[in-house]
Amino acid sequence: MPEKVFQQNQTILETREITMRFGGLEALNALSFSIAPHQIVSVIGPNGAGKTTLLNAITGVYSPNSGEILFRGMPISGLKPFQITARGINRTFQQVQLFSNMTVLENVMVGMHPRTKSGFWDGLFHFASERREEKKIREKAETLLDFFGLLPKAYWMSAHVSIADQKRLEIARAMAGEPELLLLDEPVAGLNIRETEAMGDLIIKLKQTGQTIILVEHNMHLVMGISDWVIVLHHGAKIGEGRPEEMQKDSRVVEAYLGT
Amino acid sequence: MGKKNKIYLLAYALIIFLVPAIWKNNYHLMVLNIAALNIVVVIGLNLLMGFAGQISLGHAAFFGLGAYLSAIFTATFGFPLWPTIILAMVITGMVAYAIGIPTLKLEGHYLVMATLGFNIIIYILMIQLDGVTGGPSGFPGIPRLQVGGFVFDSDRKIYYLLWTISVGTLLLSLNLIHSRVGRAMAALSHNEIAARCAGIDTENYKVKVFVISAVLASLAGSCYAHYITFISPGTFSFFYSIQVVTMVLIGGIGSLWGSVFGAILLTILPEILHAVKEYNVLIYGIILMVVLIFFPQGLFPVVAGIFRKRKDEARSGMELVPGKGP
Ligand SMILES: Nc1ncnc2c1ncn2[C@@H]1O[C@H](COP(=O)(O)OP(=O)(O)OP(=O)(O)O)[C@@H](O)[C@H]1O
Ligand SMILES: [Mg+2]
Repeated sequence: MPEKVFQQNQTILETREITMRFGGLEALNALSFSIAPHQIVSVIGPNGAGKTTLLNAITGVYSPNSGEILFRGMPISGLKPFQITARGINRTFQQVQLFSNMTVLENVMVGMHPRTKSGFWDGLFHFASERREEKKIREKAETLLDFFGLLPKAYWMSAHVSIADQKRLEIARAMAGEPELLLLDEPVAGLNIRETEAMGDLIIKLKQTGQTIILVEHNMHLVMGISDWVIVLHHGAKIGEGRPEEMQKDSRVVEAYLGT
Repeated sequence: MGKKNKIYLLAYALIIFLVPAIWKNNYHLMVLNIAALNIVVVIGLNLLMGFAGQISLGHAAFFGLGAYLSAIFTATFGFPLWPTIILAMVITGMVAYAIGIPTLKLEGHYLVMATLGFNIIIYILMIQLDGVTGGPSGFPGIPRLQVGGFVFDSDRKIYYLLWTISVGTLLLSLNLIHSRVGRAMAALSHNEIAARCAGIDTENYKVKVFVISAVLASLAGSCYAHYITFISPGTFSFFYSIQVVTMVLIGGIGSLWGSVFGAILLTILPEILHAVKEYNVLIYGIILMVVLIFFPQGLFPVVAGIFRKRKDEARSGMELVPGKGP
């Protein structure tokens, strides 16, 4: 994968006091943080802390009730998911969400949608430009599958590959959108120890290409092993952030995890 | 479109265009001509059902708009034939856009209700506006199809024209679903949230597919009017909308070849079952129920499966594997 080139600004994503309510429940409570590029930032917290809601708010699946989200200094709150993806944020889901009626390869090809442009007329008549782009899409998708070790299964139906492969495929599809910020929602949930280790290596390999990653994860071994920064949520509020070794010792964090 | 589809298409076109050489019965050719037009409507509807995850119960109205707009502009106002057919498609497309914009922006199946209502309104207008439409007794004297002075004045001559349009529609639609846009459509019909987060403007695509779907019905309706030269409201009632939905389901949601199969089968079947023709509605109801219960993927995959090894099917990707149902 090509190295990414960034402007030297220190913040790629910033949330300002975002609040997200479901009825009476505050899933996110005046949450503010900022994230530096080229890092793995983990968001941790007990079940129901609001981690997935945060990813949904960043990607425009939900609109926060108040507050602002800035991506590369530009407000993105209120934009639709496809617009946010086009601006360079892509994600995976806690419950794998693949296009299970398609092959592994086709899933990644769909992921390239925001970076390609053939339209309806091109599709109807398969003009030369469309065929060129289609070839490019296929080649790039194959390159990505190779990076993710999925090339041998390119023509499998995506529903028929193992859960570990599905999780990797979801990341491959997200990377096909050439995101500057990649959001991963529990990428090792449901994986065994060996698969978890492989996924950890993969995430590190992604970071080495310059990828900025927000990682939501319950697996503390993984989080403490690969994160540059850790943000801890509890009841939708940030109760701490810092380097992983600091967070491990933080009394509020330990308390939130050990139960109240 | 893959190599395999090209070969199928070629073989299909060859068979289709050989039929009139062997088959001399004009009535049979007429039934096949109607099948050709039904295929156009059903492929359009299947694009909507299989690739936008939406259902229209108003395709008879779009078919009827094409037919009546064609009839009125050519017979009443003396417009030239082919520009009129295109004009009818444009107007029908704009009407579909106006229906699609408010309904498809909402999540859920509001389009079903909107199109159902639209079908009823159009049907009533056809009957009530008898100064323009001829009312319940119909609209006679519609000019025949012609190309550069050559008039298609027999079932046999028109067979080639209608089937060219029908095969052409299939070709372009197969092209479409095997393109970037087609993949996006398949994605959004299967998993909307994942599609949106993958960067697909799902609302926009749904509206576009709905418009294309209505435009194809309009094209078929215009051809129907200029072929039969007489139209009356009965043809465009809600029952035809149900018929074409049934054809899609029989063929399998998301399978365009299935739509060809479904349209031909259900156009010919009532002719074979002559004796029960009065029970058309009942027969459709029963077929629909049986297929939905026992073959939720449609009959075509079952039939095609007899000729196809499992290995192939896994590799065929989107073509035979339909999107999530309604
Ligand atoms: N669409 C929704 N409607 C109503 N309540 C919701 C919705 N989504 C999330 N919630 C609630 O918001 C709270 C935060 O949920 P969220 O899914 O963000 O937690 P989480 O930190 O991802 O938890 P987990 O670790 O179990 O995945 C929970 O109480 C949840 O029930
Ligand atoms: Mg979660």
